[in-house]
Amino acid sequence: MLELQHVSYTVEEDGDNKDILKDVSLTIEDGTFLVVTGPNGGGKSSLAKIIMGVNRVTGGKIFLDGEDITDLSITERAQKGISFAFQTPVVFKGIRVLDLLRMARGKQISIMQACDYLSQVGLCAKDYIEREVNGSLSGGELKRIEIATVLARGTKLSLFDEPEAGIDIWSFQNLIKVFETVRNTVQGSVMVISHQERILSIADKIAVIEDGRVKQFGSRDEVLPGLLGTASAVNAACSRLE
Amino acid sequence: MLDAIQRHLIEEIADLHTVPEGAYNIRANGKLDSRRTTANIDITSKTDVSGIDIRIKDGTKNESVHIPVVLSESGLKETVYNDFYIGDDCDVVIVAGCGIDNCGVHDSEHDGVHRFFIGKNSRVKYVEKHYGQGDGTGKRILNPVTEAYLEEGAHAEFEMVQIKGVDSTVRTNIAQLKSGASFIVHEALMTHGQQTAKSIYTVEMNGEDSSADVVSRSVARDDAQQEFEACLIGNTLCKGHAECDAIIMDKAKVISVPKLEANSVDAALIHEAAIGKIAGDQLTKLMTLGLTEEQAEEQIISGFLR
Repeated sequence: MLELQHVSYTVEEDGDNKDILKDVSLTIEDGTFLVVTGPNGGGKSSLAKIIMGVNRVTGGKIFLDGEDITDLSITERAQKGISFAFQTPVVFKGIRVLDLLRMARGKQISIMQACDYLSQVGLCAKDYIEREVNGSLSGGELKRIEIATVLARGTKLSLFDEPEAGIDIWSFQNLIKVFETVRNTVQGSVMVISHQERILSIADKIAVIEDGRVKQFGSRDEVLPGLLGTASAVNAACSRLE
Repeated sequence: MLDAIQRHLIEEIADLHTVPEGAYNIRANGKLDSRRTTANIDITSKTDVSGIDIRIKDGTKNESVHIPVVLSESGLKETVYNDFYIGDDCDVVIVAGCGIDNCGVHDSEHDGVHRFFIGKNSRVKYVEKHYGQGDGTGKRILNPVTEAYLEEGAHAEFEMVQIKGVDSTVRTNIAQLKSGASFIVHEALMTHGQQTAKSIYTVEMNGEDSSADVVSRSVARDDAQQEFEACLIGNTLCKGHAECDAIIMDKAKVISVPKLEANSVDAALIHEAAIGKIAGDQLTKLMTLGLTEEQAEEQIISGFLR
């Protein structure tokens, strides 16, 4: 279980202090599929980075299974069971997809096992396993490899920052299927930052972050109708999934 | 017979744990240790200077030659001339390299001059690894020279690796290409401590449709200094690409000197150079996988130099 208690995050911009997150308290129970949504610039990505430790809180506390992890480094948080899929996947020179998956798994996995993770994200494994994780891969391919690294880690909390950002509509259709699989197979909790109705409609819980605050937080049935306008819109969205 | 130190050096430079298959010539502390020739590959010692001639018959395919050199005696300095005469229509792999173990106070130096005369339509893969070890104060110095002369339609791929332990190196490489010949270089270099390294490439494309691709990846750490000079000369319709990509760390210095010389309107030449520290987001990504910052750095460097 992850608990954020009165978390704030302030950065200095042009000599002024800018509050990115203001007194955010949020709990992600074990086994929950949480979708975080809200307007751009509202603080969603910052929230994910705060949890991973990429950004450091300027106030408040973060607990993972009751342990205060506020002052822990990225590495320590990763080792305690937090994973993070970047909105813009990082590219390397010389590091292959196989290397990245092995690092993610934390041991020498076989090529076969590595291929399994790629298959789960809809990539034909043999075409990719030896490829370098560099700019020769398309945005959609990089995104799926990024997600595969998180699947390979199999940690108790997986964070995905706008998995749909920057990919074309065809890749997106496949990506939704990936998240439906993630929804059903990942052990532990998942937090996805997304604007997509189809991702929102498979959530257990939805949090709306706006202007650095939690504007709404509740079950999908409580929150989604308000976002879509009417309850019937939810039904319509859900029926399209069936 | 090689001793344990020499065997270790051979493992490092040639990945050899036992006697290699095919032809070989092993040189240890300035003398011939062992040699084997095959029906298609002959090796003879030069009589005027130190070194060997390697003659490969026309049409020799899927064969290899290993010519490792090891120095484990402190203070030994040598210049060796090795000439490769490769016939037409061959497809061969040549593995060279030099390992120096210097536990003494005197400098040890091996300067290998390798000349390749590559016949028509032949394919040659040349692998050269340099490695130094030993805790003496004497320096480990390697100044390799390669010269490659490619006949029509010949293809040569040079892989040059120097990852560890060489205090000072000046690498001089020359290639001349006839029609349809192609020349590929992949250099991986890492220097640390007070080491210095200089790589100089001069590739002349003299025949139509010849091409060259020279790629250097290097890492400079601590107080190391590196210099990369690539000169591509296009004298006719040809394509040339040179790339120098360096990761700079600590207080190291890296100089990249590109030089393109087009003497024909049909010469297409490109040079790319990039020097920079390890990108912060690369470190962050690997740390989110559970690696420490130091482990992440090592992974990024070893991938970069692959």
